[in-house]
Amino acid sequence: MQCDDVVDLLSDAADGSVMLDRAARRHVERCLRCQAELVQYRKLLRALHNLRTEVLEPTPGLLADILAHIEEAGERRAVRSMLTGRRAAYVGGIAAATAAGAAGAILFASRARKSKVRLAG
Amino acid sequence: MPQEIGDLTELVAAARNGDPRAFEELVRVTYADTYTLAFRLTGDEEDARDVVQESYLRAFRGLKRFRGDAQFTTWLYRITANCASTHLGRRSRHRHDELVDDAPIQDLDLDHDPQARTETNATRDRLTVALRELPPRLRAVVVLRDVYDLPHEAIAAELGISESAAKVRLHRARKKLRESLFPMRGETAQEEQDEHAV
Repeated sequence: MQCDDVVDLLSDAADGSVMLDRAARRHVERCLRCQAELVQYRKLLRALHNLRTEVLEPTPGLLADILAHIEEAGERRAVRSMLTGRRAAYVGGIAAATAAGAAGAILFASRARKSKVRLAG
Repeated sequence: MPQEIGDLTELVAAARNGDPRAFEELVRVTYADTYTLAFRLTGDEEDARDVVQESYLRAFRGLKRFRGDAQFTTWLYRITANCASTHLGRRSRHRHDELVDDAPIQDLDLDHDPQARTETNATRDRLTVALRELPPRLRAVVVLRDVYDLPHEAIAAELGISESAAKVRLHRARKKLRESLFPMRGETAQEEQDEHAV
């Protein structure tokens, strides 16, 4: 087994996601270069993991900006729902007026028919 | 500062029930951490601010859909990763400059002995520079996987790539970082152009 056969497995071996098979392990045990790479990957992963314990100082005013952004979006949504509500009321009003007109027309037509029948009788 | 964040279950529940003060408190407790992730992904203060604002807006709108099967912070990281990916995609169409990492760092771990701390700081500084020099799409994967412990599946979903592409990018990112932090004799940046293939 050569370094080229092992080298692509070393970073996954360092984080434990891949177990080296016996031949690969035997190569690493004998190869200083592969051992060094494995150690370097372990150090790298530890350093990356340590970054998790750090926090960058946010730029000034960020918190206020986030909250204002959300509030603004919330207001926009409220305005939109208000407009949607008004539109619904407007459409509802037209529908009610149309229904009332139609009902009136039917009533008028039926009364007219009754009076014609009476006259004929 | 994950240790500082603590249990957010009650705040999340109250925010989901429509308590605006609870959501405001959630933002207050988590925004520095979210900013840190956004900055690590974008490498730029202004971009990080935009990403953070967009992330909290999406979180606010999607909070009802958050079922609590993951931690709130993990859910927020996924949103942030997705926003950063979108933002960087948009930015790469308009801008081609890489900006300088000059954000001050608060180190919360103050219990180290001075020598260990100096070594840790030196490694951290070199790593920060090396991360900044990575192409954004390699950087995103290694930050989300190796710093924030997100699974490959989640990373792939939020970055809009396949899981195998995420794994290949992670492998390349780690290799570049290792070469940058621990250069070995005869080892050059031979795969400098590799990231363009994925």
